[in-house]
Amino acid sequence: MSILGTRVLRTEDPRFLTTGGVYTEDVTDDRLAGAVHLCFVRSPVAHAKITGIDVSAARDAPGVVAVYTGADLESLPPRKGMGPTNKEMYQRPLATDTVRFVGEPVAVVVTEKPDQGEDAAELVSVDYDTLPAVVSLADARDGKTLLFPAAGTNVACDFGDRSAAAADLFDGCDVVVTRTIINRRVAPAPMESRSAAAAWSEDGRLTAWIPNQGAQGTKGSLARQLSIDPAQVRVITPDVGGAFGAKFGADPEHAITCWVARELGRPARWSETRYENLIGMTHGRAQEQTITIGGTRDGSVLAYRLDVLQDSGAYLRIGAVLPSLTILMAPGPYDIPRAEAFATSLVTTTTPMGAYRGAGRPEATAALERAMDLFAAEIGLDPAEVRRKNLLAPFTEPHRTAFGALYDSGDYAAALDRALAAAGYDGLRREQAERRARGDTLQLGIGVASYVEITGGGDESGPPSENATVEVHPDGTATILTGTSPHGQGHETAWAMLASDELGIPIDKITLKWGDTDLVPEGGGTGGSRSLQQGGAAVQQASRELIEVARDRAAAELEASPADLVFDVDSSTFAVAGDPEASVPLASLAQEERLLVRTVFSAPDATYPFGTHVAVAEVDTETGKVFLRRVITVDDAGVVLNPLLAEGQRHGGIAQGAAQAFLEEVVYDSDGNPLTASFADYPILSATEVPSFELAEMATPTTYNPLGAKGIGEAGSIGATPAVQNAVIDAVAHLGVRHIDMPTSPQRVWAAIQAAASGSGSSRSENA
Amino acid sequence: MIPAPFDYVAATSAAHALDLLAQHGDDAKLLAGGHSLLPMMKLRLAQPAVLIDIGQVEELRGITASGDELVIGAMTRHAELAASDLVRAGAPLLAHAAAQVGDPQIRHRGTIGGSLAHADPAADLPMALVALGGSVEVRGPGGSRVVGADDFFAGYFETALEEGELLAAVRVPSRPGVPWGYQKFVRRANDWAIVGAAAIGGRIALANMGPKPVRALAAEQALAGGASPAEAAELAAEGTSPGEDIHADRAYRQHLARVLTRRALEHQS
Amino acid sequence: MQVKLTVNGEARSADIEPRLLLVHYLREHLGLRAANVGCDTTSCGACTVLLNGRSVKSCTVLTAQAAGAQVITAEGLGSKDSLHPVQAAFRQEHGLQCGFCTPGMVMAATSLLAENPNPTEEQVREGLEGNLCRCTGYHNIVRAVLAAAQAGGGAAPPAAGGGAGQEAGQ
Repeated sequence: MSILGTRVLRTEDPRFLTTGGVYTEDVTDDRLAGAVHLCFVRSPVAHAKITGIDVSAARDAPGVVAVYTGADLESLPPRKGMGPTNKEMYQRPLATDTVRFVGEPVAVVVTEKPDQGEDAAELVSVDYDTLPAVVSLADARDGKTLLFPAAGTNVACDFGDRSAAAADLFDGCDVVVTRTIINRRVAPAPMESRSAAAAWSEDGRLTAWIPNQGAQGTKGSLARQLSIDPAQVRVITPDVGGAFGAKFGADPEHAITCWVARELGRPARWSETRYENLIGMTHGRAQEQTITIGGTRDGSVLAYRLDVLQDSGAYLRIGAVLPSLTILMAPGPYDIPRAEAFATSLVTTTTPMGAYRGAGRPEATAALERAMDLFAAEIGLDPAEVRRKNLLAPFTEPHRTAFGALYDSGDYAAALDRALAAAGYDGLRREQAERRARGDTLQLGIGVASYVEITGGGDESGPPSENATVEVHPDGTATILTGTSPHGQGHETAWAMLASDELGIPIDKITLKWGDTDLVPEGGGTGGSRSLQQGGAAVQQASRELIEVARDRAAAELEASPADLVFDVDSSTFAVAGDPEASVPLASLAQEERLLVRTVFSAPDATYPFGTHVAVAEVDTETGKVFLRRVITVDDAGVVLNPLLAEGQRHGGIAQGAAQAFLEEVVYDSDGNPLTASFADYPILSATEVPSFELAEMATPTTYNPLGAKGIGEAGSIGATPAVQNAVIDAVAHLGVRHIDMPTSPQRVWAAIQAAASGSGSSRSENA
Repeated sequence: MIPAPFDYVAATSAAHALDLLAQHGDDAKLLAGGHSLLPMMKLRLAQPAVLIDIGQVEELRGITASGDELVIGAMTRHAELAASDLVRAGAPLLAHAAAQVGDPQIRHRGTIGGSLAHADPAADLPMALVALGGSVEVRGPGGSRVVGADDFFAGYFETALEEGELLAAVRVPSRPGVPWGYQKFVRRANDWAIVGAAAIGGRIALANMGPKPVRALAAEQALAGGASPAEAAELAAEGTSPGEDIHADRAYRQHLARVLTRRALEHQS
Repeated sequence: MQVKLTVNGEARSADIEPRLLLVHYLREHLGLRAANVGCDTTSCGACTVLLNGRSVKSCTVLTAQAAGAQVITAEGLGSKDSLHPVQAAFRQEHGLQCGFCTPGMVMAATSLLAENPNPTEEQVREGLEGNLCRCTGYHNIVRAVLAAAQAGGGAAPPAAGGGAGQEAGQ
């Protein structure tokens, strides 16, 4: 019986549970013997001219090997952004004349021992001539203070032409609702902070150990930042303690670690503190969204407009261009006759913006699902009913949206109905009505969010693809090389399952290798929920091709025609059909010559998982405190390889999505000082704020890969955020509240109730 | 992150600790469980030259009943306090407060003396001590003195402890069966209180409503005058001047103080 | 300064700087790298070990404060081939993903079960309030601790001795 689709326990777990993973900080290697340690001096002000740096006292401190400033790194190029962005807005490795966010590296102290850097860094004296901070998007847009005077603007890039907006978009609508909402800035906060170790060999080649989501991309980024030939760079990926989108490529600190190692002719290491992580690692989300939705009083949505201002932070990273994904997914799972979306990315004197679980798509879903609830509230219909009325009809042939997305397969109404049934929606509404009638302090809210998202997309280089190498060894073991890069997803187990299912080799005899660019020169890494549908498909394809290579060898050995051979997976043996005595084990075919296949799997296009989340929240109407009681989800990501792993991905995503809805936010004061730069202040979700989650199953296969699988890594964070936010607002809707921005903190909820009670109108939707 | 360098001395008795304090003056800090001091030292917000560890001083530990009081050694850990039968019977509010401090790991290390001497206005045990009308026993070069809870907390992270003194024990009235209420408003279970309210026997204390734990005197007086809990609670924020932070502005904190005080009065164990 | 303590059942004597935190002693001096440093503020619990049988955050304990004490780390709880029941339950219930919080989470769970062998789900969640995980949403961690309780995991001693629930050295 095939093990595909079964709950296989992870083979990687025993070491994580006992000796622990070997993360970058844990790596011991002869090449790193005698390494120096880096400690960065970071800007304490959001925006300033640097008028002087005195490093003399630091140079004299115990253990200090060197101190470098921006002037020492002038030969290095700035770190480039992505896509159609403004070239003036790239980050220098160390600030030279201007700092633009609290946490920007200004100098680096290099010491013999790790603990000496903290002591010496305190002795670096930097003179700052403070400039006005640009924290709000309004200030960024009005441009009175420019972060990059040479650019002449704070606009990093535009998506869509607002001057071409249709004047008649909402013609024919009985009701039009518009509102500006905030999708607030959050911190990815993987439990393992950023880290690096670097050593140069005598032949001038760099080996860099860096926690990442794709060693090949990290290698390219390092080579660009160091202005060296990529062939001179080897990246090795130790265990990675979570990433959530924020560990793609390489940051300036990673490149500087490598540069210092070359400069000093000694290996070098760097590990950041949590404080540095919360101000120095890229943040996510941070959109101001103006949503306008119109339709008929019977619940048909006729038109939708999304206008996004993206906070890009101080320098351009991938976050500046993620609004393109927000726009792509703007109409979501609905059949909306007319829709438009625009976006502008603006620089501010804050931490640069990167990807965070979902990366542009949660923002689209949050806007749309809030819009659906605002519309439903305005016409007085049940929000689930309004959704059902507007969802696309089931389809098995790809469906092209007005924004160019090609949805591969879907039955969105079925997902909605299944989620509502699993939640006991009607019963919840009855309980809500009872509590409202009684005037309970603790009110009940039910939030619904339907979504479709894009996973495993390609890029300008072509359609999505991934490579895999499978080798069977004479001793009956096998090795897989993959271009994906697990950091919690369980590829060691999952890829072994796929190979085992073809080769008949038990999973505990299969070793997975990844993340070493000398071993696996090409690969797309793990992100955008791509790994199984491309990397896993490649492993399966390579295994199947290997069987065909082996079949020819077996035929030669058994003096039979290849077509007459049968491969018995259970015994991992070829035999001549009808003559089981004439057989040869697969492994023995690797004795004379290596038995190995490298292949590339290419998918025709991205896939589009979908689902519905239902959240149930209680709100203490006296204090505004939110208690998340239930989250019920249907996440249809096609065929599931290992339910244990898929459920784990859903749980984690749901928790992160819920956390954004009611708990987590990065806060700056008006001077650009971060107020949430520790885990004591950044309210990262703990076990006490969430319930156990209720997962309902649904699997609509895709035809884009033989596994029938779509991506599952980000679904949770895409659906849960608006579901939880909608639940909170729903709990106090009867008090006149129509909207509360995320996160729905106690004070925000309380203030919304107060405003509604006083009839100040701030919580009412405007009628267009 | 690591602390700046310091010298470490383990005191073997309270007298030894006092000698060491006298010897090192204000270069020295007493180390109890270390769960307030060490985090500050790691962030370099505190850089004492000498740490005098009193965590192993046996005479500063233990819980005893003395007349109508419970006497709790300053080095008694939160977990011990929360689990103590004596405390649970005689001052259940204090046992409950100790169980609310931080998280289990912190409760395994942190001590009542350390927490009170740290005097964080948002913390559980200072509020509890004020609500209970307890006192602390302070030992110094000139002998011992007892300071009442209302006088012990002097301001933001400031107490009546003088240089060269140590907090030796905590005394709280033992009042089995007296109803009490405890409300701690947090976003996450292990956070410091955004606002807290503790009430017992006509006394009401508030956490994080000013630079130190404060009494809700107007509400107490109303109660004494026969007002209902709800009526009295309306006066809970009178005279307070709470700070503002990312969780709450002043008006919201004052609102919470009223709601939590009413709940502490109405929902009593 | 000189400090004597017992780590995973083995007597140790260390010549250390007074400011050396227990987590750094374990990781750098003894090479026991299961406990991780995940924050600066005693918030995340990734560094949790047992000190005299009870969970503590080793980033907020000076090595000097552990003089004379028994320390147990995840390495001393069980081995790859012979997982402690709490470790086994984490595997069985898929209570870990990236693994960074895992050794601390396992030690916190072990201490929790030693104090309360039959916790409710709510008690498990509260008992783990000092340990952050960014991957699992806590769902399977909670299931793992409940499963370990069912299997009597709280009573099982660490492989290295000096067990959970004992008050050795206090």
